[in-house]
Amino acid sequence: MDMETDQIYQIDVGNLLAFNPNHRFSSAPSSREELVKECVTEGTKLVQAIADTLFNLPSTETNDGPLVQLPPPTTKLPREKHLPRPKPPTKWEEFALKKGIQKRKKDKIVYDETTDKFKRRHGYDRVNDDNDIPIIEAKASDEPGEDPFAMRLDDKKKRVGKQEKNRLENLKTAAKAGALPSHVQLAVTGLPISGTKTQPKKIGKEALGDVAGLAATSTASGGKFDKKLPGEKPPKKQGKHHKYLPIVPRYGWVDEEKEQTNKVLGKLLSKHSHEILNVGKAINMYNDKKEKKKSGRSDKSKAKKDITKKKPYANKAN
Amino acid sequence: MMEIRTPKTHKAKRVLEKRAPKLVENGKKTLILHGTKTSATVSSVLMELYRLKKGGAIKYSRRNENIRPFESGGETSLEFFSLKTDCSIFVYGSHTKKRPDNLVLGRMYDHHVYDLIEVGIENFKSLLSFSYDKKIAPHEGSKPFICFTGEGFENIPELKQLKEVLTDLFRGEVVENLNLTGLDRAYICTAISPTKVFLTHCAIKLKKSGTIVPRIELVEVGPSMDLVIRRNRLPNEGLRKEAMKSSKDKPKKKVKNVDQNDVLGKLGRVYIPEQEVGKIPMADKSKGVKRERREGKMKKNKEEGSASKKLKESE
Repeated sequence: MDMETDQIYQIDVGNLLAFNPNHRFSSAPSSREELVKECVTEGTKLVQAIADTLFNLPSTETNDGPLVQLPPPTTKLPREKHLPRPKPPTKWEEFALKKGIQKRKKDKIVYDETTDKFKRRHGYDRVNDDNDIPIIEAKASDEPGEDPFAMRLDDKKKRVGKQEKNRLENLKTAAKAGALPSHVQLAVTGLPISGTKTQPKKIGKEALGDVAGLAATSTASGGKFDKKLPGEKPPKKQGKHHKYLPIVPRYGWVDEEKEQTNKVLGKLLSKHSHEILNVGKAINMYNDKKEKKKSGRSDKSKAKKDITKKKPYANKAN
Repeated sequence: MMEIRTPKTHKAKRVLEKRAPKLVENGKKTLILHGTKTSATVSSVLMELYRLKKGGAIKYSRRNENIRPFESGGETSLEFFSLKTDCSIFVYGSHTKKRPDNLVLGRMYDHHVYDLIEVGIENFKSLLSFSYDKKIAPHEGSKPFICFTGEGFENIPELKQLKEVLTDLFRGEVVENLNLTGLDRAYICTAISPTKVFLTHCAIKLKKSGTIVPRIELVEVGPSMDLVIRRNRLPNEGLRKEAMKSSKDKPKKKVKNVDQNDVLGKLGRVYIPEQEVGKIPMADKSKGVKRERREGKMKKNKEEGSASKKLKESE
């Protein structure tokens, strides 16, 4: 707003900004207060100029007071971030464009023909749920012994895996163009291994702790004096654990330590070697073998031999 | 091996979307921090600036020894903080013998330093030293008036940059609708010499006047200080152009007969006039002549009814 011909202010209402390029200090200000006073008066004039425009804008009355719609700011200020870059089309979008496939809006509720009802498309009790199929009819191309339900599950897993791979590829091309969606981050989880396709399996926290414990037991003192890393938890059972039975026999109790050593000796020296061999079972096994030889080993499903029952030093007894 | 990571909670997603580059941006947040040594003036200036910009500022209280904004390697920490706090303006205060009561105002573009301006503080008056009627005290977060006086702001490049930086700093959010009763503060900047700017913060008193427009009265409430321009760094031209770009700069002039296709790329249309097949000049004359010969022969055969070798020989 013009006050005098040489006092045109540059006003930006959108920013509530005013600039007076024509002011000159007419005389050197005598003191600090004078200077301040002059600055404030000049400022007042400028604010008054902005307010003149502001209060003359069309306003709407609200509970809090008159509301005006500010015009967009005219001073250009630099942005804080770059302009959002356009997303490159995904592989499907390219294909759809080429073939002229239009997107169709899908309904949330679909008519299910098997049960004459309207069911939702996704979620609980949905149309065409994979788990609901009671019977799958066999085709001529099916091999006997294949589980079609398991095959369906497998197929679904493969489809999901393929879709995930495609999604990752699309995101990679978007990231290359600098247009990755704001809520997605691509993270490199491991070094690329050439040759093998399997990912190195990540060892869990408990497994690592177990391995550390195992390594500790291999030391002479059972890991008791091992240097610990900062933050490493103390092992569950340190040191050597040896259960010593009481040497002094208690009144009425069997001398346990003596019994233990005797048992071991007995086994070693085979004083009661005939007790080690289970004669009845041995006979049965022999008979079975003979019969099998006669029948010609036709049945595949036979129970395996119990190899845990050993016959130690059976020959050496004599 | 790449993995897609998406936020697991809605809150995290909203935070990420808020920080993403957008067409219409949020208000710039300010990061206030200080260097190895600060004097009483500098620390009070930083504190009061933080109070003035309460809603959109983050103040760090520790000293940062490795931040040197004007040196090439000294900006990495600043850029990291800017990224973490999503702040695009920073105010860095320090105090050394060579540069006493120093303040560096800087802006970031894409979390990299865009421009810097270094000012010295003189004649600082804290907001606690002003006495005024508490009723007119400005509320936190209200949109301020910003006023610049002095021809220096137009003619001198350093002052021009300072004007831009101060506007950015004090502006806050860009709003469409404004409540007129909520206007209660103004920042007054006057160029008192080609290198000195007097900055003060005032509260607004609206007085009744005859018209709809009230009479404005300013009362100084706030911190006031003299800013002496020291060093500055302007953004390089390419970066400036990119930062000033907006989506509606100029409507794209429609080029005729050119089409952009995502699959095939740039397509053009060519218009060909009607072709008169008989009058097209043929390149291989011999063939044309042969056909004419044949046709001519057939005509003659029809007319005469007998093959004439003489005609062949003559042509």
